[in-house]
Amino acid sequence: MANAAAHSGHHDAHDHKPPFFSRWFLSTNHKDIGTLYLLFAFCAGIIGAFLSFGIRMEMEEPGLQYFSSPGTYNVFVTGHGLIMVFFMVMPALIGGFGNWFVPLMIGAPDMAFPRMNNISFWLTVVGFLSLVCSLFVEGAPGASGAGTGWTVYPPLSTSGHPGPAVDFAIFALHLSGAGSILGAINFITTILNMRAPGMTLHKMPLFAWSMLVTAFLLLLSLPVLAGAITMLLTDRNFGTTFFDPAGGGDPVLYQHLFWFFGHPEVYIMILPAFGIVSHIISTFSRKPVFGYLAMAYAMVAIGVVGFVVWAHHMYTVGLSLQTQSYFVFATMVIAVPTGVKIFSWIATMWGGSIRFTAAMHWAVGFIFLFTVGGVTGVVLANSAVDKYLHDTYYVVAHFHYVLSLGAVFIIFAGIYYWFPKMTGHIIPEWAGKLHFWLAFIGANILFFPMHFLGLAGMPRRYADYPEAFAGWHKVSTWGGHIFALGMVVFFIGVVLALRSSKRAAANPWGEGATTLEWTLSSPPPFHQFETLPRIVDEPGHH
Amino acid sequence: MTDRSPSTRKAAVTAFACAGIAFGMIGLAFASVPLYNLFCKATGFDGTPRQGSAPAAAATDDTMLVRFDTNVASGLPWRFQAESPQVAVHLGETKTVFFRVKNTGSTPSTGIATFNVQPGLMGAYFVKIECFCFNEQTLQPGEAMDFPVVFYIDPALRQDSNTAHLSEMTLSYTYFASKNGQPTAALATPGGTQKKSNF
Repeated sequence: MANAAAHSGHHDAHDHKPPFFSRWFLSTNHKDIGTLYLLFAFCAGIIGAFLSFGIRMEMEEPGLQYFSSPGTYNVFVTGHGLIMVFFMVMPALIGGFGNWFVPLMIGAPDMAFPRMNNISFWLTVVGFLSLVCSLFVEGAPGASGAGTGWTVYPPLSTSGHPGPAVDFAIFALHLSGAGSILGAINFITTILNMRAPGMTLHKMPLFAWSMLVTAFLLLLSLPVLAGAITMLLTDRNFGTTFFDPAGGGDPVLYQHLFWFFGHPEVYIMILPAFGIVSHIISTFSRKPVFGYLAMAYAMVAIGVVGFVVWAHHMYTVGLSLQTQSYFVFATMVIAVPTGVKIFSWIATMWGGSIRFTAAMHWAVGFIFLFTVGGVTGVVLANSAVDKYLHDTYYVVAHFHYVLSLGAVFIIFAGIYYWFPKMTGHIIPEWAGKLHFWLAFIGANILFFPMHFLGLAGMPRRYADYPEAFAGWHKVSTWGGHIFALGMVVFFIGVVLALRSSKRAAANPWGEGATTLEWTLSSPPPFHQFETLPRIVDEPGHH
Repeated sequence: MTDRSPSTRKAAVTAFACAGIAFGMIGLAFASVPLYNLFCKATGFDGTPRQGSAPAAAATDDTMLVRFDTNVASGLPWRFQAESPQVAVHLGETKTVFFRVKNTGSTPSTGIATFNVQPGLMGAYFVKIECFCFNEQTLQPGEAMDFPVVFYIDPALRQDSNTAHLSEMTLSYTYFASKNGQPTAALATPGGTQKKSNF
């Protein structure tokens, strides 16, 4: 990455912050909005985790133990999925780390449209409240909540849920989607126009690259989701028949529209994580990232190809053999740029002076787990195999390995890496490492057995199952408990850090940390870079 | 800082371009509905039978068994049956099959049928020349009517590796209460309307 020649530490003296209400509720400061996003993501994550705990408790044994009806179980599954995707991973990685560190890394004083940034955040919050409301109003006849799955397929979401719960869920997606689109416009404008003098796109840190690609994916895919769920809404309430065969519509069209959004969405969740892991690996190997340009363009390639593979989620709808062959091939092509990234991370570590800090633990753990999830993804990309595994726990295991263990591990890695920068406090290393080992072991015990369950035929979204599946479900639930214990360690670590009087240096990680945020104090001044840093080219330092 | 510097103008251009992309994608999402319809009709995708005029090729000896599947959606008190459950058709031969519908209810009602073929890949080779399903029908109480379907199967299906091996297929119809000119109460979705929350 590029180095800052000018150091700007002179504005601490006139660093005045607005009073509490206008600072946090009318905030236009990218760091404060980033903090708000992170806090919001953690609140939503706790609710989402509570729902998943309900799921795991129920699945521990065959039969219905905790839920009065399987419909309520599906409401938990739906709520867990929607919350974790739209209100935990996206706000944390994009809204949280993106807002905090994109302006810092590119040497900008703030985001391009600070007030629009504020609107993005509050739209997300109101969207979340709408989703929480949907849990408590009628969905399916005589039951509350939307039990449609996060995909909200018709006809289950139209004639199957006459109550307003699905309307609330759709409204939640509209609001958070609008917030994300505004956020994406903000990121693109900031990155394209506000880089410090001398920072060309090809000198830009990889996290900023990842956010640029993510923002374009958001901009192209979210409006399609908005369109699809608007059609769903009018089908439900205004008598249109976009997806209703009774009026000449086709439910399969919804699946095409949904997955045209849904597949880029999974890259929207993982690309920012790719950016963060590159910085952590480079910092703690004390080496520049191996193959910087290849890393940046691998993300671009993943983003582009991610738009033309959507029907691999729909192999069972009756696609012709040629169509299936195309989607199998296109999907497998994505393994190539992803492989470039994995190998480059390993090559970055190779011969480096590695320090196994807490953040590095999480980053290396991520590479391992994401690779496992990627391999099962290649298995599922085969349409013939997928017809057998479609909607089984194998799929559940696959996407939890890439998201729950991929994206979420990097959220924690980012916290341990940037917590000193964001707060000026240091989370004790032992807490981060203990948390990592509990989460790593717990998550593997939690999700690896799901591969076996799926191969044996256990379907998703069922509250009950035959005795034959009981063993691995029980093991899986134990893993969930271990993972939850890790979360307790995390909160203890954060509390200890905030109570301790030890203060972080401007750059606590030493010479490996070369991006611009480490040239500022910890925490950075309320307004930074009043004099723009000048980027000088250092050969070999990319 | 407050004047419109070139960099703020550049930012505004970028932002408006991005907003344009977002609105363009929403437009494409909605445009996909007629486009998807057109695409299905043109290619027979997902079991959409083609509509056409007389067959181009002469009838062949090669036959295919066509089964008929008739359904009536709940909410429409009609009985609906094909004159025979299945017919053997020579490829390229123009065939007429009659379907009988009867209104067993006590009020006049209007319905329209949707149609589909299985396997879905046969949609491209199943050509309808005339079908009752293109229009809606109104039946008086107790009234029965016979409607013809005139179709042929395109012999070109033997050249398509997806369909070359097929020897039988199903033509399926479902009658729905027509949405036009009907009070919506008669169209109520089954099961859902009894307990509606006060929203």
